[in-house]
Amino acid sequence: MYEQIAFYLFSVLTIGLFLVTVLTKNILYAMTSLAGGMVFISGFFFLLEADFLGVVQLIVYVGAVMALYAFAMMFFDATRDIKEKTTNNALVFFLGGMVALMLVIIFVAPIMGENIQAIYPPIEGAGNAQSVGLVLFTKYLVPFEVAAVMLLVAMIAGIILAGKKMDESLTTSEDDDDDDILEQEDTK
Amino acid sequence: MIGLSHYLILSGLLFSIGLMGVLRRRNLLMLFFATEIMLNSANVAFAAVSYFYNDLTGQMFAFFIIAVAASEVAVGLGLLIVLYKKFGTLDLDDLASMKG
Repeated sequence: MYEQIAFYLFSVLTIGLFLVTVLTKNILYAMTSLAGGMVFISGFFFLLEADFLGVVQLIVYVGAVMALYAFAMMFFDATRDIKEKTTNNALVFFLGGMVALMLVIIFVAPIMGENIQAIYPPIEGAGNAQSVGLVLFTKYLVPFEVAAVMLLVAMIAGIILAGKKMDESLTTSEDDDDDDILEQEDTK
Repeated sequence: MIGLSHYLILSGLLFSIGLMGVLRRRNLLMLFFATEIMLNSANVAFAAVSYFYNDLTGQMFAFFIIAVAASEVAVGLGLLIVLYKKFGTLDLDDLASMKG
């Protein structure tokens, strides 16, 4: 009973918040609603008894990724509304729906064929975090290390790409605005 | 009862929202947001399959998807900052430099 209530509440809230993200014109609204949607997605993980995954979702997505977006937004002009050319909306809705249907079919096809068998069932008497750790550090050790190297490479790439010419201001062009500010101070 | 199909349909809906965003938006930052939505919908599907089939493999794949998403955001935001420094805008129509 409570599971049903939680599932429908979370799904309505997630879909609504992600629709706001996709349809709004303001970048700040899009970012905050995306963060809210991520929090409710972690609610699904807790419902599915994937506690550790839910906590990781909260820390990595809502904490780290959203903070990274917020910091990057300081470089861009975030308060201004985005002006975009509207494309063919009906075609976009049709294509999106078709691809989502294809995704569901791809996921359901092996289940219909009864080909799914549990390779690594949860260990008896161990919590979710313990069994995740046992499987991750025995069966998936090499992908785990590769993911660590990938994160290191991404960190170096991010620092090098964003770190060039950090002393120059982006939002104010060098010639005009600085002079204007100086003139205003002079007149005061 | 909430079954596997409920979660898969929800995941498909979220994925279609993200795909709609990718096809519709013209701002690069908004394209990144839509990509995050699509990755999250795949995560929900993996966690649901993992729960209903008593198998931890789905959760493992969800962890690796989260790692990939984090590194994608780090590199992608660096590239966005370089693009914004060079062109002063993030609109895809203004950034198109090849004629074809």
